[in-house]
Amino acid sequence: MNISHDSACEALLASVALAIADGGLQVVDLTQTLSPDFPTIVLPPEFGQSAPFRMERISRYDGDGPAWYWNNISLGEHTGTHFDAPIHWYTGRDLPLNTVDTIPVRDMVALACVIDCSSQSDADPDYLLGVADVLAWEERHGRIPPRTWVLLRTDWSKKSGRDYTNLRDDGAHTPGPDAEVMRWLVEERDILGFGTETIGTDAGQASHFIPPHPAHHFLHGAGRYGLQCLSNLDLLPARGALIVGAPLKIRHGSGSPLRVLALVAAKA
Amino acid sequence: MTEPLSPPKRKNPLARTRRTLLPPSARSRTAHGLTLAAAEGRFALQRCGECGKFTYPPRDACPECLSSQLVFVEAPVGGVLVTSTTIHVTGDSYFREHMPWRQGIVVADCGPRIIAHLHADCTDGERVNLSLRLDKAGQPVVFAAPSQRASNMQDDPALREMTADPRYRRVLITNGRHPATEALVRSFKDAGATSVFVGVAEAWKPLAGEDRLGAIDGVQLLSLDLTDQRSVFNLAADIAGKVDILVNTADHVRPVHLFEPAGTRKLMEAVNATVAGTMNLAQAFGPAMAGRGADGVNSAAAWVNLLSAYALANAPEFGAVSVSHAACLSLSHWLRAELRKGGVRLLNAFAGPLDDEWYQSVPAPRVSAGQLADGIIDGLRRGLEEIYVGDVARDIRARLAANPKALEREIGR
Repeated sequence: MNISHDSACEALLASVALAIADGGLQVVDLTQTLSPDFPTIVLPPEFGQSAPFRMERISRYDGDGPAWYWNNISLGEHTGTHFDAPIHWYTGRDLPLNTVDTIPVRDMVALACVIDCSSQSDADPDYLLGVADVLAWEERHGRIPPRTWVLLRTDWSKKSGRDYTNLRDDGAHTPGPDAEVMRWLVEERDILGFGTETIGTDAGQASHFIPPHPAHHFLHGAGRYGLQCLSNLDLLPARGALIVGAPLKIRHGSGSPLRVLALVAAKA
Repeated sequence: MTEPLSPPKRKNPLARTRRTLLPPSARSRTAHGLTLAAAEGRFALQRCGECGKFTYPPRDACPECLSSQLVFVEAPVGGVLVTSTTIHVTGDSYFREHMPWRQGIVVADCGPRIIAHLHADCTDGERVNLSLRLDKAGQPVVFAAPSQRASNMQDDPALREMTADPRYRRVLITNGRHPATEALVRSFKDAGATSVFVGVAEAWKPLAGEDRLGAIDGVQLLSLDLTDQRSVFNLAADIAGKVDILVNTADHVRPVHLFEPAGTRKLMEAVNATVAGTMNLAQAFGPAMAGRGADGVNSAAAWVNLLSAYALANAPEFGAVSVSHAACLSLSHWLRAELRKGGVRLLNAFAGPLDDEWYQSVPAPRVSAGQLADGIIDGLRRGLEEIYVGDVARDIRARLAANPKALEREIGR
């Protein structure tokens, strides 16, 4: 690396910092607040469940710690806004660098394409993103570049409680990708990962798809990632947002709650 | 005839909530033979193993033959009230607040002359039924009531001090997702409870029977997650001062094998749902209830725990249930000691396998929700500390008393 390249990079970072400071670049928080009543994925009760977020006080300026306030927290790896590593699914179990402590950190900073399906999801909670929808998006915004996030905007994060989980006696009814589009995005577009506003990267009824849970199946089988329980996707442009999302460095971790930020150019 | 209880008025915000005073509570170790019987609603007196004579009060030697073989056994409940007195003035702080108070001498059919607290309907020379009751201090006393049932007998002021009758009381059922919830709600309403609060965790999940529950007059569904300390304290902030009977239905039944890889996690999930849940409840609701033990007609009266009979001996098929409920049993004794100072009872309702999903493969007899609810209402009306609902629980209780080692071996097969 030569001196001019080094100084160019330094100038680039400086201009990014300056743009953030003066508001030319906005930092958008794509994260839901971790709270005890935020829903977790629901599996049949004979299976193990992801623990909800819990917080217990250690001290609050009291006898257990007169000058300090702090808590113990507990939660599942897949609770709240969280990241799925390839090892999370059986298809990715034998890949190298497939856990949150080993995935390359450069993947934690990447551009995103945002596909707006909010009106379709509003009309049909079982709406499924298909290849045709993505091709239509590419018609307007250009081809999805390799190694980028594809984020499915449904505005589902604006719902809460039972509307958010939308559980019925035949399972959850929430939007997501169909099986073919997941295979296609991974194999034909080489995406880095797929992100949603719902509890999983897959649709609520995805256990009935072939293969079941295709987002998990294809993404993780190819060493790609998942992000779920995202919010504020309506504040992102169709393309050009830079996603910063670093899962906790948990040994052999299959995923992790994380703070997901997006850098976006301020609207003129 | 007993005057029917009047529904309590709303609390006067200018009046201080009376502190709970307790009747004298000293008892000898021997006398706790009566405590054991009273806690379970049995009438038991000492009987001499040599001469066969019943005796009362409890002693260490038979007054007839001086034998030390005095054993508590079930005794006939009948007797005749030979004389009575109505006390109007006393130096005792507790009884001063409950004047006038009747006491009398009953000649029990089995022999002893017994000084007993009297139901207001008792008449000198008439037949009475004797029972052992736990008084406000949790200590055993003998209570005599007319052998003929009359209306409103349960509303007798002296008896109400020794019971936790749901009539005109407000009830909190802590886990609305427990399979017995609807039966409990209906039973409490039928028993005259004014209102029933039902805690529901994870409001984002559908609740089976929600429409039916919500349609019952006086029922309110409220957000309550026992495993979340903040949620428990939030609800307590709203209603702790209005909970007269708390029915803790915390439960988490999952099959766990001791040697399975996730065994520890599964055990801790059960412990968290039950023991930590109960601890959270105790911290949030215990102080308020203990402070309202003498708050009139709708004073705080009882805390009820639903416990598996497997708390008494580990059933390997439901090992984690046994461990978590055994811990809850110990916690209940801790809590009872605190609540007793406030005149609030703690009733442990032990049941065998319930007739629900998690015990689907367990052969009959299983305990139905209605059976459990009826048992709890009966236990509260009689002021008990331990009830055993269904054949399995009663069998475990009997085998535990007879030979704990045999029970351990047999249930662990």
